[in-house]
Amino acid sequence: MLPGAVLVFLTAVCLLLFQVKPAWFPPAVSAGAYAFDLQFTRTLWILGVLFAAAQLMLAWAVLRGGKKRRASAPFGRFAEPVAAAGACLLFLGLAAGGASDWGKVAERAPGKEIIEVYAHQFAWSFRYAGPDGKFGKTGLPFINDAAGNPIGVDPKDPAGKDDRTTATLRIPAGRDVLLLLHSRDVIHDFFVRELRTKQDIVPGMEIPFDIHVDKPGEYEIACAELCGLGHSQMRSLLIVMEPEAYERWKRSR
Amino acid sequence: MEEVPVKIFTTSHVGIARQYFFLSLAAVLLGSVLSLYMRFHLTYPQKGEITPELYLSWLTLHGTVMVFFVLTLAPSGAFGNLVLPGQLGAKEMAFPVLNAWSFWVTLLSFLVLVASFLATGGGPLSGWTAYPPLSVVGAIAGPGEGLGQTLWFVSIAIFCVAQLLGAINFIVTVTDLRAPGMTLLRMPLTCWSWFVTAVLSLLSFAVLLPAGILILMDRLVGTSFFVPGGLLVGDMVIQHEGGSPLLWQHLFWFFGHPEVYIAILPGMGLVSHLLATFARRPVPGYRAMVWSTVAIAVLGMVVWGHHMFTSGLNPYSVMAFSVLTMVIGVPSTVKTLNWIGTVWGAKLRLNAPMLYCLGFVSIFVTGGLSGLVLGQAQLDTYFHDTYFVVAHFHLIMGVAALFGIFAATHYWFPLLFGRMMNDTLGKWHFYLTFVGAYAMFLPMHFAGFAGNPRRYADFTTFTFLGQVLTLQKGITHAAFFTGAVQLLFLYNLFHSISRGVKAKQNPWESTSIEWAGEPAVAEIFRGPYELGLYGERDYRMQNEGGEE
Repeated sequence: MLPGAVLVFLTAVCLLLFQVKPAWFPPAVSAGAYAFDLQFTRTLWILGVLFAAAQLMLAWAVLRGGKKRRASAPFGRFAEPVAAAGACLLFLGLAAGGASDWGKVAERAPGKEIIEVYAHQFAWSFRYAGPDGKFGKTGLPFINDAAGNPIGVDPKDPAGKDDRTTATLRIPAGRDVLLLLHSRDVIHDFFVRELRTKQDIVPGMEIPFDIHVDKPGEYEIACAELCGLGHSQMRSLLIVMEPEAYERWKRSR
Repeated sequence: MEEVPVKIFTTSHVGIARQYFFLSLAAVLLGSVLSLYMRFHLTYPQKGEITPELYLSWLTLHGTVMVFFVLTLAPSGAFGNLVLPGQLGAKEMAFPVLNAWSFWVTLLSFLVLVASFLATGGGPLSGWTAYPPLSVVGAIAGPGEGLGQTLWFVSIAIFCVAQLLGAINFIVTVTDLRAPGMTLLRMPLTCWSWFVTAVLSLLSFAVLLPAGILILMDRLVGTSFFVPGGLLVGDMVIQHEGGSPLLWQHLFWFFGHPEVYIAILPGMGLVSHLLATFARRPVPGYRAMVWSTVAIAVLGMVVWGHHMFTSGLNPYSVMAFSVLTMVIGVPSTVKTLNWIGTVWGAKLRLNAPMLYCLGFVSIFVTGGLSGLVLGQAQLDTYFHDTYFVVAHFHLIMGVAALFGIFAATHYWFPLLFGRMMNDTLGKWHFYLTFVGAYAMFLPMHFAGFAGNPRRYADFTTFTFLGQVLTLQKGITHAAFFTGAVQLLFLYNLFHSISRGVKAKQNPWESTSIEWAGEPAVAEIFRGPYELGLYGERDYRMQNEGGEE
């Protein structure tokens, strides 16, 4: 009854792998990421039980063999409706659990630190409004990567004079930050593992994206939507600073 | 079994089935060799040096040939054509000439696809999903985005035409050519799944075809369906205005999600059919199996948005897509329980086709459960476009469907070539492939846990990818092992075509009438699964009259 034995063996190895964890998540650093970890753990346990049950039932059917010829409903007449109803409840329950942290539309609100994110093949830029709190106008003709104007800030607009453009994203710890995502050319994606979330950056759209990180530290920003031949090198850093240090950095030039 | 003569321009359903079979065999060999080389390059970059643009164009070619020319063609084009008329008691498909056209148009599409990768500038690098603006704005977006990408879209549009022709043929064959007495609810579950698959093909390729034409117009005549204004690619201002990149994603996935079921539903029907045949049992809950097939298809049409959770959809529509996606787990649970119920307590005949079917069920469970992770929008925002997704769809759509194809090849080989395949070699091939498939794709989920993005041409830029490198090397070794094992199947296949044991009438003691040995069956008297009867013969074929 080799196939049954192979199934038992593979099931055991699969479950063991979750003990060994050859690779795993980085530590979570935001409220959304903690919620993710909780929901993922719940889901993993439920799926683990379903996985083991289904594989071992299949293995057992093969291992034990049998003689019974006709069996129109091997688990009884009600097995199927009961299983269907159970699966429906369970899976909708999972969907509901995963929905609790969903459906909040990111929007501008007082007190939020607003930072613009600009992605292009194959680099990131970030813009801060400066002391006047206003972003200057931008335009395609002003874009000049070599001259340090990758966003195309209009030099004639006074609101843009104090804007600051950087290649890494610095944010204050413990504060609500609203990122406004822009792309210059193709679709990119803003992905930070420690935040447990990602957001596509679609050209022609300004997509608002809330982040709130409690722990200062440095986290890698990766592009997670195929954007061309440099896709795998489109890297930047999210630097989460103590609020005072962040304010000092903002005032510095 | 009777010999079907080999003719190039044939209208015989068996001949056309053979043509589809060999076309998809060529495609699967191409796709597999590409994937092995890509994995070698990824994990041993010093030895397997290729440029990122070459890597990405191979990735695009791998996905395209596997999805379109293997997983779409083999289950329906090859085995549907081979078996469907016979199982319904018909002599031929409804439109034999149209059937031949479907194949030749498909072949043309394949040749254009190959040409797109030999085009000046190289093959397209936008992946099989070809998201605009990358896929529209031309060679300034990357090498291969010029002529190569144009030819790629032309190939896909031609492919859609062929699929639409094929789908109409399948649907009419089922509705009009059933033998007297073959009511819909007496059809074997295989016929049901080919029928539902054809309906899905008709509805989804009918959307991909116009989408392909619109995007070709964007590329060639300057329309702006998919490209917004104000873009600067490289140093060039793009002269498009007012289009939406998300529109393409909607149209593409409106096709793309049903496509998953086009690939896997025939396998599900086959597994139901074969488990019963080799367990000598009727399928428990035949009607539940029919309705769960229909339910999966209907739900499959309304969940395309779950491919777009991170693309900037309104969160409320994301929620709707998420709930509908989770509900697909219900008919899938019914199916799985049914399969286990079929073999539960039965005396199994563990021939090679049966082993592939048991493997299918195991892989279907493993690959399906991770769908319940990805269906939750909150969890998907982490796993989207990571190796977790790669593991998920390779198991559920790739490996499971391939196990269906292996089972079908062994089981219906007598109808294809009049001979039997070697069962012992088949068993060895099954065990090694089964273990190899788990060895490749189970650890791959963990790369996804670590957030490893897919479609990366190298793992050297990001610090965090250092930790997955050992794991990815292991997966590469498993891939080479599994690839080598496929030589067993190829040897068995080609050896059996010429030297296999001559098949006798109805070698598997099946109830369905493709084995009746006559081109058209006069009348049907029974349901599809009268198996496990007491007495000398434990089954009755559907065309047997008389007592009981």
